[in-house]
Amino acid sequence: MNQAVLSLRGVTKRFGGLVAVNAIDFDVRQGQVLGLIGPNGSGKSTTLNLISGALAPTSGEIGLRGVSIGGLRADKIAKRGVSRTFQLVRLLPGMNVEQNIIAGAVFGHRRRWGAAAKAEAARLAERVGLAGKGHMAIDQLTYIDSKRVELARALAPDPKVLLLDEWLAGLNPTELQVGIELIQSLREEGRTIILVEHVMDAIRSLCDYCVVMSSGTKIAEGTPAEVLSDPEVVRAYLGDEDA
Amino acid sequence: MSSTEIQGFVFAALALLVAGALPYFGSDYVLSLGISIAMFTVLATSWALFSGPTHYISLATAAFFGLGTYTTGLGFESLPIWSLIILAGVLGAVLAALVGLATLRLSGVYFVIFTLGLAELIRQVITWGQNMTGQKGLYVLTDLTEAHLYQMLVALAALVFLVGWLIGRSRLGFALRIIGDDETVAAHSGINTAQAKVLLFMVSGAVAAMTGAILAPRYIYIEPSLAFTPLLSFQVVIMALLGGVHRLWGPIVGVIPFTLILETISANFPNQVTLFIGIVFLVIVYFIPRGFAGLIETVRNWSAWREARS
Ligand SMILES: Nc1ncnc2c1ncn2[C@@H]1O[C@H](COP(=O)(O)OP(=O)(O)OP(=O)(O)O)[C@@H](O)[C@H]1O
Ligand SMILES: [Mg+2]
Repeated sequence: MNQAVLSLRGVTKRFGGLVAVNAIDFDVRQGQVLGLIGPNGSGKSTTLNLISGALAPTSGEIGLRGVSIGGLRADKIAKRGVSRTFQLVRLLPGMNVEQNIIAGAVFGHRRRWGAAAKAEAARLAERVGLAGKGHMAIDQLTYIDSKRVELARALAPDPKVLLLDEWLAGLNPTELQVGIELIQSLREEGRTIILVEHVMDAIRSLCDYCVVMSSGTKIAEGTPAEVLSDPEVVRAYLGDEDA
Repeated sequence: MSSTEIQGFVFAALALLVAGALPYFGSDYVLSLGISIAMFTVLATSWALFSGPTHYISLATAAFFGLGTYTTGLGFESLPIWSLIILAGVLGAVLAALVGLATLRLSGVYFVIFTLGLAELIRQVITWGQNMTGQKGLYVLTDLTEAHLYQMLVALAALVFLVGWLIGRSRLGFALRIIGDDETVAAHSGINTAQAKVLLFMVSGAVAAMTGAILAPRYIYIEPSLAFTPLLSFQVVIMALLGGVHRLWGPIVGVIPFTLILETISANFPNQVTLFIGIVFLVIVYFIPRGFAGLIETVRNWSAWREARS
């Protein structure tokens, strides 16, 4: 096994009395697609926020290729090669599609400017299925296209680790198929990805490995088949459904 | 460079020539209007460089302006004016850096209040210092004429437009636009948001201080309540918003009519000045949120659309 690109050790986040993430440990290896799953409110987005620097961990260590990044500012972590999308899509409303993608290409892990940034934005637009839509305004986009823009922006700095927070949520069945194929193609490209997802089909077909969280704690890990048949995981999900 | 940019440059160069030549053909009254317009053009344009993209409303203009005024007031006997203008720029930038580092991490509302308080704080400190030394104000007696001051302001305005244009094309300008749209996205794209905001705020503060340094000789006698008047900060904000802060040329489109009307009103109805400012503010908020520049663009797009249809 090769060395972990990203490793979490005892990572904890408290919001006042609430422990949103409780002593989480896991490793993500080079080229691996790791599914981070669990019922609503189990701490998945908070975990991504801790990795991306949107929030600082209360305690614990986050290492990127052996270098500690826990608690650094988001821009520093981005420069070291962590990119993300947001559970609620965040685009730049004052800019068109092309500029939104370029925004990811200029200041991050891999930096380009001018013609090089434009060329990269065009390449990525094509890559995510937005070819020819570079000049569209953000408010003209369909939902899946807005998700595509955000994905292209996250890919623009050529990240070492890509964090996708429910990128497939809210898509209709046809779009979902397209979306799964798109992430599949990223996986084939050899990207290292953490995928937070509720869509079971996507988890089965995309993830090499899964970490399951419930109420902030890791309750299981293993291959998708293993964790999805784990009685405790089933209970966590069903418990959530009863609520 | 695109053809619209070349057009813009030619137009700017012509405007600069005409503006710079004003003292040779205008009356004293026209020159004095010219000074007001040049002063507010510099202040509003540099204000918009920072506040346009970030949406942070700064009411600190008076603080920087007053700092510059006092730089000249205290130094004109020992140093040449050009060195005082540069010194004021440096002091303005340093003050802006300190204020920026302390406040730009805060949300917009706190920033507004802090910047308003800043001018008042400095004013109180200087008043206190003067009381301690038994002084009241400062006489600034130089042999600079109104025409000199005016031309220095026009030169500063040209510099501000050049710097603004360069920033607009730079990574810093792009970073500021991203920050203005979504600060979280900016940070996650690798932008040091605090640094970018502080840098732009420093530019804006330096320019306002330089303006104050240039204008000090015009007042002849300066005292804290004049140099640090909060009214100045509000006027700059309103003129910039009236013109439109999303374009480099926006503020000047607001400054010219506003200054002309304001001069007319204060000459004929001196008690109605605040009322006028209040009405302009309401008009901006309710009818032209993107200022005259936005209005002009809307009309242009609309006529282009009509042409395309016919
Ligand atoms: N900034 C915050 N302040 C206070 N509490 C928070 C904050 N962010 C998240 N929480 C709480 O932390 C817990 C975990 O939230 P989180 O968003 O990480 O869950 P999640 O697993 O992503 O859920 P979902 O599947 O619904 O997106 C929730 O109880 C949430 O209310
Ligand atoms: Mg979530």
